[in-house]
Amino acid sequence: MDKKLVRELEIDAAKIRIGIIEGVYNAKCGHPGGALSIADVLAYLYKHRLNVDPGDPDSPARDRMVLSKGHSAPALYAALALRGFFPFETLKTLRQSGSMLEGHPDCNKVPGIDASTGSLGQGFSQACGMALAGKISCDSYKVYTILGDGEIQEGMVWEAAMFASHYKLDNLVAILDNNGLQIDGKLSEVMSPYPIDEKFEAFGWNVITINGHDFSEMEKAFDAAERVVEKPTLIILKTTKGKGVDYMENAVEWHGKAPGEEDYLRAIKQLREHLEELEGGAE
Amino acid sequence: MAEVIRRATREGYGDGLCELAEIRPDLLVLDADLSAATKTSVFKKAYPEKHFNCGISEQNMMGVASGLASTGRLVFASSFAMFAAGRAFEIIRNSIAYPRVNVKIGATHGGISVGEDGATHQCCEDVAIMRALPNMTVIVPADYYEAKAAVLAMADFNGPTYLRFGRLAVPMFNNSDYKFELGKGVTVKDGKDITIIASGLMVAEAMDAAQALKEMGIDARVINIHTIKPIDRDIIVKAARETGKIITVEEHSVIGGLGSAVGDVVLEEYPVPVIKIGINDVFGHSGPAKVLLKEFGLSAENIVNVVKANVVRG
Repeated sequence: MDKKLVRELEIDAAKIRIGIIEGVYNAKCGHPGGALSIADVLAYLYKHRLNVDPGDPDSPARDRMVLSKGHSAPALYAALALRGFFPFETLKTLRQSGSMLEGHPDCNKVPGIDASTGSLGQGFSQACGMALAGKISCDSYKVYTILGDGEIQEGMVWEAAMFASHYKLDNLVAILDNNGLQIDGKLSEVMSPYPIDEKFEAFGWNVITINGHDFSEMEKAFDAAERVVEKPTLIILKTTKGKGVDYMENAVEWHGKAPGEEDYLRAIKQLREHLEELEGGAE
Repeated sequence: MAEVIRRATREGYGDGLCELAEIRPDLLVLDADLSAATKTSVFKKAYPEKHFNCGISEQNMMGVASGLASTGRLVFASSFAMFAAGRAFEIIRNSIAYPRVNVKIGATHGGISVGEDGATHQCCEDVAIMRALPNMTVIVPADYYEAKAAVLAMADFNGPTYLRFGRLAVPMFNNSDYKFELGKGVTVKDGKDITIIASGLMVAEAMDAAQALKEMGIDARVINIHTIKPIDRDIIVKAARETGKIITVEEHSVIGGLGSAVGDVVLEEYPVPVIKIGINDVFGHSGPAKVLLKEFGLSAENIVNVVKANVVRG
């Protein structure tokens, strides 16, 4: 992957992180930790991978992206805003009454949202349905879905995992945000889903594990997923929860809490400085 | 009297799907390892490429149905009422009703007439659960022809719908010309002394009861409410006004089903006594369907007794 593209993706990811913090701060609630951990993959998907068009958000030929871990909506909203689906300013209305930006995504309100999600596990099954639909009519669109690592404790995730391999949904790529933390603590302490890779392999999936903050690794993994036939692919992203805001990194208490004014200013200062560095370097 | 021909409403479901496929080429049918019982097997035989078994995983099936429907297809997802409305409730709520996708839930084996399988499989709460969901339409056909017509009517209706079918073969009192009008109650017998409002297999029992009551000098009106939601308010208010008393009869809990829906309308628009016949907040148990129906008061005989106790002849 060329350096210019990497830099552009880094800039987008930084902007997504700013959008997350602005949204959650204004809402005075929300889930910053798991949103920050997927900012990079969303920047990659919406800038470089997905065939989507803000001018025609419902195009039948579009790629689908289902955020199964719907509580990370602030990240998805920021990515969609960056891609031009709606103004970046809208992010400040997150979770406000009358805003289209619900606490968890509503596909009937927000252009570019392919599924209403939030109750864990359900987006994954919906993505399977979209992928099966594509197979039935031999459409060339791809379906991507992002799951949380805690989310896979839901039983229906394994129903869907069985379904996707049974119906050979090679047009489906599931992305797992493996940041290792859930609301009540470490996954390994709350209810260990490990080994995740071996479990999915046993369910008939092609599994690739990468650094979830490295764009070159993403490029290789998503390209590899496209070459696999008759099997769905799971890309496990090894990520840092709260990535980009020092005091939120690997800190479980920032799963579902908004920063107060002091914390907000500290976070936004870090993120803006990082963005300025990237933009300065890009010239 | 000629022998009554009986068929289960689930058979109307299977046959209806086959006819629906002719007018809706985008129709897809899902099942969860119960296709022989739900009768989607009939559809599978005719259209194997349009039938997808999801295995014993109703939650995933409802999510898959939502995803399929999001691409513009007409999707039926089938299981027993217990595992559709029951086990998969939250997926129906959040992945089907909330996004308002065009998924039809074909739930067979509703009610106590499941029979020998017993309480774990006798779902008598499904109408209440589904009725409570915003965007959800709830249909309980009364005979084979009405079941088939209701399925065909789904060709022209876009939105989440719960259709409840039965296991037991029940009298076919309609005919093949029957037209199903969504949201419209059907007056199957006029009358002025009292109104019996029924749904599902209890409509035939209500008709038998009205016949017996006629011989006793009681002129009972019988209304078939096949669409529990949205309910036909006009036909209910008219009945309340003209007959002054209503008996509801359903193969479902008296909590939250047809009786409650009728009661809501009457209470708001023209309060008259409403007496509910249904499953009285208890679980069922194993036994032959017909024995259970009698035992739980879901019979023409019991309707007659309840009417007699509530009508003061002038």
